[in-house]
This record gives sequence, C-alpha cells and structure tokens, in this order.
Amino acid sequence: MTVSARRHTGWRYRGNVALRTLAGSVGAYLVMALTAALLARTLPMSRVEAVAVATMIAYPVAPAVTIWAFMASGPWRALAGVAGIAGLLALGAWVAGQPA
Amino acid sequence: MRGSAPAAIRDGARQSMAWLHGWTGLLLGHVLFIMCLTGTLTVFKDEIGRWMRPETTAIASPADAIVAATRWLEDNSKGSAGWYLTAPHAHQNVVQATYDSDGAYLTRALDPVSGAPVARETLGGEFFYRLHFELELPYPWGRLLASLAAMMMLIALVTGIIAHKRIFKDIFTFRPAKGQRSWLDGHNALGVLALPFHIMITFTGLLTLASINLPWGIVAGYGTDVAAMYSDLAPGSVTRAATGEKAPLAPIAPMLATAQRQFGEAPIGRVYVFNPGDTGAVVVVYPSDAKAIGYMPGEVSFDGVTGRMIKGWTENRPGVRAFQTVYGLHMARFAPDVTRWLYFLGGAMLTMAIATGMILWTVKRRERAPLSLGNRLLERINIGMLTGVPIGAAAFLIANRLLPLDMAARAEAEVSVALWSASGAVLAGLLLPSALGWPLLLGLLALACTVAALLGPIWAVEPVMLTMNLMLLAVAAALAPVILRHVRRRVAAAPVRRRAVPA
Repeated sequence: MTVSARRHTGWRYRGNVALRTLAGSVGAYLVMALTAALLARTLPMSRVEAVAVATMIAYPVAPAVTIWAFMASGPWRALAGVAGIAGLLALGAWVAGQPA
Repeated sequence: MRGSAPAAIRDGARQSMAWLHGWTGLLLGHVLFIMCLTGTLTVFKDEIGRWMRPETTAIASPADAIVAATRWLEDNSKGSAGWYLTAPHAHQNVVQATYDSDGAYLTRALDPVSGAPVARETLGGEFFYRLHFELELPYPWGRLLASLAAMMMLIALVTGIIAHKRIFKDIFTFRPAKGQRSWLDGHNALGVLALPFHIMITFTGLLTLASINLPWGIVAGYGTDVAAMYSDLAPGSVTRAATGEKAPLAPIAPMLATAQRQFGEAPIGRVYVFNPGDTGAVVVVYPSDAKAIGYMPGEVSFDGVTGRMIKGWTENRPGVRAFQTVYGLHMARFAPDVTRWLYFLGGAMLTMAIATGMILWTVKRRERAPLSLGNRLLERINIGMLTGVPIGAAAFLIANRLLPLDMAARAEAEVSVALWSASGAVLAGLLLPSALGWPLLLGLLALACTVAALLGPIWAVEPVMLTMNLMLLAVAAALAPVILRHVRRRVAAAPVRRRAVPA
C-alpha cells in the first residue's frame, strides 16, 4: 500500500510517512555512502580511479532508494529493506578492507 | 491491498511519486531557485565580468598576463600562503586572482598588461559563480546546503517523470489563462523539454561537491589520509611546506614556456604559486580546459626558487578522465558559444520550472479550499524570493555602474547592494498582499533590468556589452505583459470585491 492510498490524516498516516521519510533520507544516504565505500574498495582499478568511479556510480543510488522507500508495500518493509541492503554493503566493504 | 489490480497499484504509486515530487521540490525550492538562477548566469560569468569592467580593454597572451600578475603580486602582497591565478582566455581579458595578503583573502581581477587590480573593483561574474554553490554561507555550510538541495532536485526530477502519464504529450500542451491547468502545463513543458539537461546538470553538480557531500569512497580507499588521495589524483602537483626562510621567486616566464611545451595545443590555463617568497615556494601550471570537456587534463610543478621542473603529469587514466569529463560537463568551460547558449537556455528553463512549481503548489491548493496559514505564508515568500533574487542580481549590475570608482572595499559594497536589494524585495513580498506584491515587484525587476541596460551604457557597440544590454532589455520586455495582466486583473477585480465581501 502506498502513502496516498491511505487517508491523509491520523497518526497511522503520519507514522507511515515519517518512517518512509526516514528510510528515504537517512537510509538513502547510508546506502549511497556504503555503495561508494564498497565499490571504492573492490573496483579493479588503481586506488584513486576506484574512488573516483565509485563516487560517480553511487550518486544515482540515493534517489533510487528514496523512491523505493515510498513505493514499498509498507513503511516497516521500506525501513527493513534499507537496513538490510546497508548491512550487506557494510559487510562487503568491511571484508574487502582498505586497499594498500 | 495485496490482491488489488495492477492498474490500481500503478495509480497509487504514481500518486505517491507526485506527493514526493511536490515535497522534495518545495522544501528547498527557494534555495534551488537561487542556485539555478545564479548557475544560469554563471554560464556567461566571463562576459558579465567584461560588462562590469568596461574600462579594461587591454589584451595580452595568457603567459604574458600571468607574468605581469606575478610581478605585481610580488611587490604588493605580504606574507602570502598562495596566489591562485586564472589566465585570460577567449571570453575574459583579465587575470582572475585569489590570494592572501596580511591575513586577508582577496579576489581581484588583474589587468593583463600592468598586473595591477583593475580600476573598477568588482567580483564580476565570480559573484554569481560563488553564490551558485556557496550561497553566501561560511564554509562548509553553503556547499552542504547546496548539495542537499541538489539531491532533493535529483529526486524531484525522477519522481516528476514517474508521476507523469504522458510525458511526450506534455511537451506540446499549453492551455493558457486556465489557472492551475496553465501553471501545470507550463511547469511540465519546461521540465520535460530539457529533461536530459536538467538531470545531467543536477547529477554533475552533485559530483563537483563530491569531496564534501560523498567523501565515503575516499574514506574507504584512503582512510584519513586525504593528502595521499589528492596527490594520487594530481601526481604532477607537488606540495611543500613553507620553511620560513626568505628567497626570491624565480622568473615565471621560462616555467610557463616549459609547461607550454608539455601542454602542446592547450594554452596556459591556471597558475598556482604556493609559499611565494619562501625557500619552499612551488609553482604549479595547469593547461586551459577550454579545449576539452575533461577538467584538469594534467599539470607541471616547478621549484619556485630555482625555477627547475620538479614533476610533470599528463592525465590519461580512464577512471580519472571519466570523473573529470563528468565534472567538466557541469563547468562547461569546453563549450563553444552555441553550446553555452544551450546551457543558458537549459538553465533558464530549469529556473522557470522551479519557479512555476513553487507557484503551482499554492495555486493548486487554493482552487480546492482556502489556503492554510502555512500556504499563505509560502505564497508571500514565493513572491519575494522569485522576484527578489533577480532584483538582487540586477541591483548588483546597477551598483557596479553607480558606486564611485575610488570607494574602499568597492567589490564588497556591490555585493551588499545585491543582498540588501534582494532582502528588501523578500520583505516587501511578505508585507504586501499578493495582488499588489506581484505587479509591484515584477515591475521593480523590469525597471532594474532597464536601468542596468541604460547605464551599460545603452549606446555601447562592443559585442559583449551590446548583447548583455539587449538581454537585460529582453527580460524587461518579457516581464511587461505579465505585469500588465496583473494590473488589469486588479482593476477588474476591484468592483467585484465591493459586492461580495468575504470571498
């Protein structure tokens, strides 16, 4: 169910919007930042090139996550999805380690 | 809702995207309006600079101008940590210099022949350029706010597309004088027609501030050693600490000649002199980026005392080139005149799309029900901001012509005039009823543009001066029918109001 399918009043609606906004702002930035971090450590190029290319690729991730947060079937699902993806990216970046 | 038909889901999704488009556009809409308007002006920042320094007509080659500038700076700056010089080029005849002297950071245009600051002290187009991403706020807050606004813009653009049913049809749809419908049609046409440009300029704009808004790739790759990243990024740029021992700077001309041999076709673009007058002095020379889309295609560093080359670098690593090309797309320094006019047009359309979007927010809600207090406030702020920002820009140009030439801190005074004029307009917009605020402030804007063109002076025939005067008059002329309609509507509305009291 999407945001506007509900009635635009009441705590249920406001909570729904607040959770999705959290997932779509802080969550979206987190996923974008971790995408940049993971790619910077794993792209098969020299260190500075990997950082530059990773940063470029990461930008479109944020709007995609924001949009998904508002399209997901429920606010908790949006939040859980964002947290799950962020966790996987963080794990990947941690395992990859800082290149020498 | 699990079992609902796909069509219903699509409609619901479209509605929530429209909701998101509205809010992301609204929240920092006024900041985006400032950024887009000043960004659009920045396309012609060098020409604006030429208009604002009509007395400076001398022309010198990039190398000669840089030599003159460094000679003047050697005699006239004290205890500098660095001089950052941009050489003259096809669009600009002065050396743009940023340097520190006695602890003060100064930005001056230097005469290409004498090397001294030009008579009419002004920031010129650099004012709009800085305002575009620093928003007159202290570092790093201006750049952070600009980054946040740009991210909102990117989301607003993508959600705007999703919320649309008929993207192609919108280009050709305009139903004038139909209230909300007309504003929506205008907003859609402006947004859709140049959509690829809007997305490109927003994405590349975010990228120019990457080190501040998305430093996590750098952190992941380099940890806290940012200096290592910068030296990897530009290996030909050598950094050295000042030693505190004095030593004269070696002649610059031979360094520029050596650098020129490495650059080949591209002329000298920028010259940075670190620790001038110290034994730790370094001179870094960059080629002009006017010949290729990629920003900073290489550099050469010289020992500032011996004049010997320390290191040279020609950039051809694909990953770095890709980044610089995307960066260069935003800066548009590569662009020939036709392309720059297209950038200007695209920027103007985006600025108008933001303005119409902001207006649409209140127009749409008023047609449904009386406006809430917040929306009534927004309506008033819209009037002040949408007219005030261009009024400030025009006032900046007028101040350039009217302030006395020998005034102390003249460049700063021009900026103050611009900011106070804009603030005055915002205040007037808040205090006046909207039916009065719109025609009055739009009229003031048209008047300010006309006055600036007249002070140009209007009889100037030099192509840059003439074009800019004509552009100012064109803005005034385009505003005239809008103002006239507001005035007519006000006259027509007056008797109606007397009969039916609480509307």
